[in-house]
Amino acid sequence: MINFTHPSLFLLLGIIFTFIPYFNKKVVLLSFALISFLLSLFLNYEASIDLNFLSFQLQLYRVDFISKTFVIIFTLITLIASIYAINQKSILELRSAYLYVSAAIGAVLSGDLISLFVFWELMAIGSTLVILSNSSNKLSESSGLRYLLIHLLGGVILMVGIIGYASIEKNILFSLLNLDNHFSWLILAGFLINAGAPPFAAWVADAYPEASFSGTVFLSAFTTKTSVYALIRGFAGLEILIYFGLVMIFYGIIYALLENDIRRILAYSIVNQVGFMLVGIGIGTQLSINGAITHAFAHIIYKALLLMSAGSVIYMTQKRRCTDVGGLYRTMPITTICGIIGALAISSFPLTSGFTTKSMIVSGAAYEHLFYVWILLIAASAGVFLHAGIKFPWFVFFQKDSGLRPKEPPKNMLLAMVLLSFLCVLFGIFPNLLYQLLPFDKLYIPYTSDHVIFQLQLLLFAGLAFFVMLPWLKRTLTITLDFDWFYRLGLIKLLDAVKKVIYSYDIFLSKLLSSFKTFLQNKVNVSFNTETGVGKNHWMTGNMVFALSIILLIYLLVLLF
Amino acid sequence: MKNLDWLSEKNTIKKLWIGFIFVLTITLVFQFFFPLDGHFKIEKYFGFAAFYGFFSCFIMIIVAKALGVLLKVKENYYD
Repeated sequence: MINFTHPSLFLLLGIIFTFIPYFNKKVVLLSFALISFLLSLFLNYEASIDLNFLSFQLQLYRVDFISKTFVIIFTLITLIASIYAINQKSILELRSAYLYVSAAIGAVLSGDLISLFVFWELMAIGSTLVILSNSSNKLSESSGLRYLLIHLLGGVILMVGIIGYASIEKNILFSLLNLDNHFSWLILAGFLINAGAPPFAAWVADAYPEASFSGTVFLSAFTTKTSVYALIRGFAGLEILIYFGLVMIFYGIIYALLENDIRRILAYSIVNQVGFMLVGIGIGTQLSINGAITHAFAHIIYKALLLMSAGSVIYMTQKRRCTDVGGLYRTMPITTICGIIGALAISSFPLTSGFTTKSMIVSGAAYEHLFYVWILLIAASAGVFLHAGIKFPWFVFFQKDSGLRPKEPPKNMLLAMVLLSFLCVLFGIFPNLLYQLLPFDKLYIPYTSDHVIFQLQLLLFAGLAFFVMLPWLKRTLTITLDFDWFYRLGLIKLLDAVKKVIYSYDIFLSKLLSSFKTFLQNKVNVSFNTETGVGKNHWMTGNMVFALSIILLIYLLVLLF
Repeated sequence: MKNLDWLSEKNTIKKLWIGFIFVLTITLVFQFFFPLDGHFKIEKYFGFAAFYGFFSCFIMIIVAKALGVLLKVKENYYD
């Protein structure tokens, strides 16, 4: 049965219409984004789209409170990010973004593991295209390829997990997975890689800031949050997620504190915020799951807002490092105010959406008497204010006078930022607007006197620590090494060492290793020459071979298992 | 737009600091009127959140600084 209320269908139609010459491409895309948002508000709980595949029944349309909430925020942010991206010269980015969003919505509405996997992979392709479409940045190519490599790896692990799981369970329904089936741990690993969990957290900060000023806004919203959705669906209450979440939270804070690139600070803070959601999922009570869902909702809004204000600065100044900007509040007051509202929201300041959502996760830990989790979450809340709440606006809009006097960005970009700022405050003052979307009826009152005072003390004194220790936070022209060192450089060094040993014994093997090393150097780390086109015809084949070798290796391991 | 320059003047910054310290004090004083009633005993201690907020950030900055010595490399490291 075909159901025409699937929001992805309209986003895909939008892409098709942009190929018709008589239409204004951007107006077409905006209109279809609006239609898909309106549709998402009225998703039909009863309807379904079922297909038969081999002996399995695929469900392409499963609507409940959880999936509906995610689809609403996905379509809403697509609409607002599209308004922001109107003056993006290349239409390729918006087309790619719409493909990406369609896949993300498809994954969220999937009721079975096979269709989830198909949309999962489409999402990886769509998001890679968003990164690659930033042709003005030569780093985006190598970064995009590394991004794709990690997601293909995650996809392969997920695929093996799903095949194994389905063959044992004889069931592909995507609900709470049976952990006695060891293949469900591979599925978990696949989800965690996309969520930016350690050790593969580096891809977020590596790839997202290399997209265009508007592309990053799209990227920030969907991949990690689809993983959050999938983890809620399949692994709610799994204790290990609490520990993954806590590591992500502090990883995000520490790396963001060390970072100089404006958008990379915000990328690290995505990992940090997803960490909070993972903790909520791991605790697994109704309150904490509600918290993870609302926090994902609120986070998509304020992170998009923060990235839009950062994107506006980059768009107007062409500078992307904290050390190159500063004092921009003089000529960009509206962007500054919007950035500050986003920063306050991510820090969970009372009257912003972060306060009414993150509090549910922290309270979830307290209600379960998880003292050590709670005390770490409190420290992390102060840390969020430190690295994103103050550091971001301070170094971008205040600190020194850089001498730059850029104007405010174009009106469409301002409109998008003002809309999102409004939503941050709206959900902060009227949290019930958000709570009514939740799956569990659990009354939660964020505004109690002791909660507000506790939070204000915590955050304001964290602010004091920032200004007292400001000389320690001086930015430097550096990047910070991460796990990606192993596949960007470590592997090449290892191959060099192995080659030296083997060389004396076997020239053939040595040559084989050299060609593999050249592949790594040319196709994975260093971008190919776009002007001459050298390497252009080979990289797809190279990547496919690389991906295939991983597939075979894992397949072998699974068979041996 | 020049009228926004006053924000960077020394006099303003001094006033902002005074205002900030005043607000910090207020949040502590409020605890006398609205005693905190948390799930854990530690929450009820006077100024716990204030102390913990400051102290945890202090530690995080120190840890970041120390890790920075080990992990920070030049921007063109991978080129």
